Amino acid sequence: MSGKKLRVATTSLAGCFGCHMSLLDIDERLIDLLELVEFDASPLTDKKHPGPCDLALIEGGLCNAENVHVLRELRKQCKILVAVGACAITGGLPAQRNNLDVRDCLRSVYLSGPGLAGGGLIPNDPELPLPLAQVHPLHDVVKVDYFLPGCPPSADAIWQFLTDLLAGRTPALGHGLIHYD
Amino acid sequence: MSDPICRDLSDILRRHHQDPTRLIQILHDVMAVEGWISKTTITELSRALGLPRGQVEGVVGFYSFFLPEPSGQFRVLFSDNITDEHQGSRALLRTLAEALEVEPGQVRADGRVKIGLTSCTGLCDQGPALLVKGRAIGRLTPERLSVIAGLIESNTPIEQWPPDLFHVESHFWRRDLLLSTPCDPGAAMRALEARGSAATMAELGRSDLRGRGGAGFNTAAKWTACAAAPGPERYIVCNADEGEPGTFKDRELLAHYAHQVIEGMTIAARLVSAQRGFLYLRAEYQFLIAPLLAAFAERRSQGLLGPNILGISGFDFDIELHLGAGAYVCGEESALLESLEGKRGIPRNRPPYPVTHGYLNKPTVLNNVETFLAAAQIALHGAEWFCAVGTPKSRGTKILSVAGDVERPGTYEFPFGTTIRAILDEAGAKGVQAVQVSGPAGMLLSASELDRKLAFEDVPSAGSVMAFDQSRDLLGVTQNFVRFFAHESCGFCTPCRVGTTLNRQRMDRIVSGHGTRHDVEDLESVARLMRASSHCGLGHFAANPVVDLLRKFRPKVDRRLASLEVLPSFDLDAALGPARELTGRDDAGAHLSEEGP
Amino acid sequence: MSDPKNTFSLDGHEVPVTAGQTILQAAEASGSWIPTLCHHPEFEPHGSCRVCTVKLNGRTVSACTTPVRAGDVVELDTEELKGLRQNLVQFLFTEGNHFCPSCEQSGDCRLQAVGYALGVTGGHYNPLFPSRRVDASHPDVLLELNRCILCELCVRASAQVDKKDIFALSGRGIDKQLVVNAESGRLADTNLALSDKALSVCPVGAILKKRQGFLVPIGKRTYDERSIRERDLDRAKEDPQ
Repeated sequence: MSGKKLRVATTSLAGCFGCHMSLLDIDERLIDLLELVEFDASPLTDKKHPGPCDLALIEGGLCNAENVHVLRELRKQCKILVAVGACAITGGLPAQRNNLDVRDCLRSVYLSGPGLAGGGLIPNDPELPLPLAQVHPLHDVVKVDYFLPGCPPSADAIWQFLTDLLAGRTPALGHGLIHYD
Repeated sequence: MSDPICRDLSDILRRHHQDPTRLIQILHDVMAVEGWISKTTITELSRALGLPRGQVEGVVGFYSFFLPEPSGQFRVLFSDNITDEHQGSRALLRTLAEALEVEPGQVRADGRVKIGLTSCTGLCDQGPALLVKGRAIGRLTPERLSVIAGLIESNTPIEQWPPDLFHVESHFWRRDLLLSTPCDPGAAMRALEARGSAATMAELGRSDLRGRGGAGFNTAAKWTACAAAPGPERYIVCNADEGEPGTFKDRELLAHYAHQVIEGMTIAARLVSAQRGFLYLRAEYQFLIAPLLAAFAERRSQGLLGPNILGISGFDFDIELHLGAGAYVCGEESALLESLEGKRGIPRNRPPYPVTHGYLNKPTVLNNVETFLAAAQIALHGAEWFCAVGTPKSRGTKILSVAGDVERPGTYEFPFGTTIRAILDEAGAKGVQAVQVSGPAGMLLSASELDRKLAFEDVPSAGSVMAFDQSRDLLGVTQNFVRFFAHESCGFCTPCRVGTTLNRQRMDRIVSGHGTRHDVEDLESVARLMRASSHCGLGHFAANPVVDLLRKFRPKVDRRLASLEVLPSFDLDAALGPARELTGRDDAGAHLSEEGP
Repeated sequence: MSDPKNTFSLDGHEVPVTAGQTILQAAEASGSWIPTLCHHPEFEPHGSCRVCTVKLNGRTVSACTTPVRAGDVVELDTEELKGLRQNLVQFLFTEGNHFCPSCEQSGDCRLQAVGYALGVTGGHYNPLFPSRRVDASHPDVLLELNRCILCELCVRASAQVDKKDIFALSGRGIDKQLVVNAESGRLADTNLALSDKALSVCPVGAILKKRQGFLVPIGKRTYDERSIRERDLDRAKEDPQ
């Protein structure tokens, strides 16, 4: 392995940060990991826009325009893009709204839902990203190089995946490490 | 609208002896009375026929021509074969929709009419064509459509429409061995009796007649196996479910050579000792029902059908006409048998084969219209006569439906071994870019392959030859075929059910200018999967149009790709549309481009 | 032990075969696992999911429906066939709405377990996100068609064992769907009973007994401790066909 550290970006799109928590769950192996990688844009570094990277670990699916922008920026900057977790791979929990009309969802949340006083407004500030009609997995919009399933993937699965990747091996998760839940 | 029970249900049931195997015929009659099949009718039918309600609902849901909801007094279905499309069917559909002020796919508010598409109706030699209330009308022009629009607008009962609208033309351009040699009713059967059954079967064996429906199985071997199968009951089934787009030769044979076809069935019955036969006719050919029933009746009166045929005691055989209901897969022999039994047309697991376990699990001979016709001629004139033309592996002649960009579309009989070029020349094809032989399930030949020969061992054909000249978009052709298969997949097995839909999406994306190399790779892998793992022939062959396009016309595909990178699989900007609508936003942030910044 | 006259070749190994056995039965009897989804040993083989596709003398066939004979050559675990099976599992995930994290059947689901065993990590194909029905009308049973893989096991069980014909299939192609034997289309209006065989054969989480989804905790479920490969082979050993 070359002496140069692997540059890694991570982000959570329409996700819950559970996959990031699972990454932190590799515990003391984090120390080993930091010998081998350095983090670029990531919630862990608070850097907002990625520079050129070797690897992007992306949690969460695509539920709005901003998710699409962030994903595309990462795809441009990184060599290997990994969809991490159920939401990134299938749309996940947010995609459970896919059989509903997004207009009904917005109306229900802002105009007509229980507990609303009435006279409300659907937010239309240009600062806010608009929701997509349906929630999509990452591979509906960009090329995804690897899928790391789980909700979240276990710390052991993440560790196995990363050590394979760092060693230049095609990642292979054995029994007990592949999980869709 | 409430959900009434069909008015004439008890009459209909009585007519069909409350026989559950006649469910599809019963449902046709319900459709004729009501125009749709209500939930309460389904419940009542299941009670009367002793079938699970879910099974009856499943049959209604399987066939395109059975409608579980009201679909207009006049349902107009434009034939969607590629030849119809090339002849301008899509524009004509819009013309009619505008004239009638109805949105395609929607029932007009007054319930009068609904306009849509249907798979090839088999009038490709006189297209574009449509079905209205199940009745075929060809040679569509804006003028004829305005007549049709007027009749619908004035609510004229279809029985009172001008008969010339429904006239189906006949175009035999070339007759060879089978179609030019006379075979008077009963002549072949008398020849059989004179020669004896065993000798006739041997003669059929020597002729090496192979099934004309596509698979090319040896006919004598099939009949011999059926004859040898144990049990007292045997059946003869004629497959006239001519659903392969671009094929209409069986239509012509049944219209003009019905006696020879029936004679072939009767000979089969004699040779395998069958007493009952079925002619399974696709519903698109409703106009053939009356002439076929008349031919049956005529032969009964001549002692050529019914009990004691030719005065021979114990030679009893009769034929029932059975209508399909808009399901291409029923052209597959075991799906056809399921349909004959009144079920969803799902191909069976084989073995066992129909020769031992066919209709009602009894030994059954099932052949194509043309095979029976050829068998009758062989019984009359002998193997040597038949083998005088053709190639060593493909004896005799093949009857073809030639359509597309040719001056003389119609029916042609050619000896096997004839080159595709000779066929196209005879039909008057000019500037050929490509030819689809044997329909979407067959093969696409490029202009450089026209010296290949019509034969089981080179270019086999179940009957269709469609020519495309230089002006045609071959990607559009493939898209049409891929859509056809997605519509016609029975849905039984995973690879065909899902694969046909994935292929349709990919082709739609490529043709609309949003395709990428990734889509092409997926088309290839899905095609491989469907070929390798599908349950029946439909799934195996459904990928052929894609495979041939990519193998023979790859540059045409590559030139149409929008990008080599992965592009969104859906319209990103349109996906923001609903939210834009609700928020009233139209700023830059309220849009997304296909390729990103 | 094996008479060469009564064996066939399975990935190069000679494996005993008895008359009338399918490829699947003979393979399982010899300790070789072939993944299946629409198959259930108590029912006539069906051959619709195609996940058991193998090569018999060079031709692809479904192992559950195809008889094997002495002298046959069967290929099972070639790279080509493994890829094909992975793609078929991906097809099934693509056409339905399978969301394992919230599914009561997670850990007991054959589709999921076969996906694990075959190393399927992601969807690959663009999901179709179909709009499908959930029928919660029945007091004791939930029908969740988003998860249905159209294996027809409930149809067969209800017809052949329960003699009730509660389930049937309607539509065709990608619109094929499970329907129930009631004019209302509601499960509550059928004579389904909790003891029906049809309730216990669903390989996924499409037919579920209510209030039992989490009696066994995640981590202790059918395929959590032993893989589907081991489970299926154990079952075959206990109940040789």
